[in-house]
Amino acid sequence: MLLPLTPSQTVGPFFSIGLLHAPMLAELVPAGTPGAIRVHGVVFDGAGEPVTDALVELWQADPAGRYPAGAAGAGGFSGFGRSGTAADGRFDFLTVKPGRVAGPAGTLQAPHLNVGIFARGLLRRLATRLYFPDEEAANAEDPLLSGLAPAARAALIAEPAGEASVRLDIRLQGPGQTTFFAL
Amino acid sequence: MEPGVDPPYLYPDYGSTRLRAPSEPLVVVAHTLSELTGPVYGASAIGELDADLTRQHAGEPLGERIVVTGRVLGSDGRPLQGQLVEIWQANAAGRYLHEADRHDAPLDPNFSGAGRCLTGDDGSYRFTTIKPGAYPWRNGPNTWRPQHIHFSLFGRAFSERLVTQLYFPGDPLLEHDAIVRSIPDDAARRRLVASLDFDVTVPEWALGYRWDIVVGGRHETPPDED
Ligand SMILES: [Fe+3]
Repeated sequence: MLLPLTPSQTVGPFFSIGLLHAPMLAELVPAGTPGAIRVHGVVFDGAGEPVTDALVELWQADPAGRYPAGAAGAGGFSGFGRSGTAADGRFDFLTVKPGRVAGPAGTLQAPHLNVGIFARGLLRRLATRLYFPDEEAANAEDPLLSGLAPAARAALIAEPAGEASVRLDIRLQGPGQTTFFAL
Repeated sequence: MEPGVDPPYLYPDYGSTRLRAPSEPLVVVAHTLSELTGPVYGASAIGELDADLTRQHAGEPLGERIVVTGRVLGSDGRPLQGQLVEIWQANAAGRYLHEADRHDAPLDPNFSGAGRCLTGDDGSYRFTTIKPGAYPWRNGPNTWRPQHIHFSLFGRAFSERLVTQLYFPGDPLLEHDAIVRSIPDDAARRRLVASLDFDVTVPEWALGYRWDIVVGGRHETPPDED
């Protein structure tokens, strides 16, 4: 018999005092790390206004396609990061591109970041993914992307934003809404 | 799992959901290593005074000292060991140490309102803190949040990540709070209310509250039907 679950509640507007602390910050790798990339974007609400009090979390594999296991936070790559959104709605991470991870039934997934979004007004977390624009071949055979309609698929692929930088905006609601997952 | 555990994204009585709830249904995805793994934080992420919010400053904070403890369990009943639990809360006057908190109530120089700890072998966590005050919020013309402590848990996997709130028994604001009421099922709502527990209470020192947290199994949730 399964125990009944504890319900979710909103993170509210004041989460930064509890959740934005070392070592769980927006730099998953130190500045200057070979292969480091900026991953950034703006969170928008259904009126097209930037959401200035959201929390964005990343969980990702390392460049070899392995998810970090065991205790993190003692140095080394934890695979996890957090960024609050600023007054312009922007989140901003420094990380490395993950390698490919096994998918269902012997498939291989394209490199991707697992993204969680919390905010005032979100009674539950939203979950999505970020895929990379320079991975066309891998994206074409990714089992999750392949199951989506073209617009839903396009909403998950970041755009190049200068050298070693990609951008993906998150639209919570309305036209061009980000594709969110039931996990 | 039983329906009605988690709130819907769109709950108009909680005004901030109206422009932030997704309008398209969630997409059900097959679980892969991406969903079945998650970060693990060990002792190095915890400072010595992180679990005692009454000792983080030179003096003691004002308010009613309390102990809050319980176990973090998987839905299969197994205790989750070494699980990072993060909390944050208002002070006894109902004010957060946060620049966006405009409530006209005093800050307490001896209270920051944030803590964390790791669960033990039996999945138990324990915090010493101050009972937070109720505070007004601008959801309606005269709306007040019940006393609460925000909790954050990782679970065993990215899919099990949970942020929620602990409430206190007998709080008359509970039945008026849109955030509490967003939970469809009354039994599920009650699971967010801690129990006063005289086995946790420390005589002559602090009242004790017990609150167990169960994470996991959300992948069986059907897509949102809003
Ligand atoms: Fe709060």
